[in-house]
Amino acid sequence: MSGLAKYLEDEGLATTLVALVRKQAEQVVPPRALWVPYPLGRPFGVPGDAAFQTRVLRAAMALLDAPSGPLLVDHAEEAPEVAATPDDEDAGWVCPVSFPKAPAESEGALLDAVLAEIAELAPWYNVGVARRGRTTMGGSGLKPDAMARFLSAWAEGTTRQSVVEGVPPAELIRQCSEDLKAYYFEAATARPGPDAGDALTAWFWRETAAADLLRKLQPVCFDDPDPALHDVGDFMLVPSQYRN
Amino acid sequence: MVRLTDLDEDTGAFLRGWDAPEVPGSPCVTPPPAAERRVALISSAGLRLPEDQLFSADATDYRVIPAERADHVVMDHVSTSHDRTGFQQDVNTIFPLARLKEMAAAGEIGSVADFHYSFMGASDPRQMEPQARSLAAIMKAEGVNTVVLCPV
Repeated sequence: MSGLAKYLEDEGLATTLVALVRKQAEQVVPPRALWVPYPLGRPFGVPGDAAFQTRVLRAAMALLDAPSGPLLVDHAEEAPEVAATPDDEDAGWVCPVSFPKAPAESEGALLDAVLAEIAELAPWYNVGVARRGRTTMGGSGLKPDAMARFLSAWAEGTTRQSVVEGVPPAELIRQCSEDLKAYYFEAATARPGPDAGDALTAWFWRETAAADLLRKLQPVCFDDPDPALHDVGDFMLVPSQYRN
Repeated sequence: MVRLTDLDEDTGAFLRGWDAPEVPGSPCVTPPPAAERRVALISSAGLRLPEDQLFSADATDYRVIPAERADHVVMDHVSTSHDRTGFQQDVNTIFPLARLKEMAAAGEIGSVADFHYSFMGASDPRQMEPQARSLAAIMKAEGVNTVVLCPV
């Protein structure tokens, strides 16, 4: 974003940016930048807290009133602490659904487990969509069951095809992975309780069959001779700390 | 928080070792007075409407987000290290268009643009230069004079 700011400014537009990684702003030196101490993925701090978000936005826009630049200013306000793990009972986080963690040895057992999770989460997902009036699931264009079946077929090696016309397999695998996670996380965040942050991530990767499916698929993609599939397996499917 | 010591081992090591590509120059225009600012948002999250073309991992182009459709964007960013639960609960966690509209209604800025934009932030910014300059002309044609850049 810092480089983009320079091009826009060079074209006569005044820019201000929010920076999550201070080192990048230090290196590129955009005209005006506000560094914020929030997690990657949360540049305006706190979901559902309009006042907090406004304070960040207002601080970034205040840099436009400075007499000269470049400017790199640190935003002092910390975000509230959220649960770091599903075991962090003090943070008040409650797992929305506890799935039985059984070995999925037989062919099709893992897919069956994922489909069961999808069905179990459906009421919470629907609650979330109704409350928010939106969903972030939809990049793949597939329903959750179809995503799971497609990812499973690739993980089991029974297909090398896409199931959406015009979308290459690597792109569809990535989109289905993100959509499936969006489905789980939107369902999980629809339940009563505080914002959970990293605890939700840990819950998904440690306790769901969907994560096991992605873990099974990751080396299949990584070892594929197709560079696009290799890249998906390399850094787009499973965070390194949650791989086998 | 994004202090490099707080990230998971691989992400922290990557960011510590990664040098941002050098973008020459240090342009710094004089912003218009607050009451005259017409403001657009640009995200690097790979946001798009569900019916738009997917962002590829190394995309250098952008997608248009009409102000009235910002609640319906999906995210194509390739990183598995970013929290997405904030975005899933509230798009303003990464793309604060509702907050910008409130600031306009309160008279803190002049107006909010009709169109906003997103790039795929994982791409090399130098490869985005032609699209960035072209987009600047489009925004100026709409009367935009101020841009807030939002990372992810």
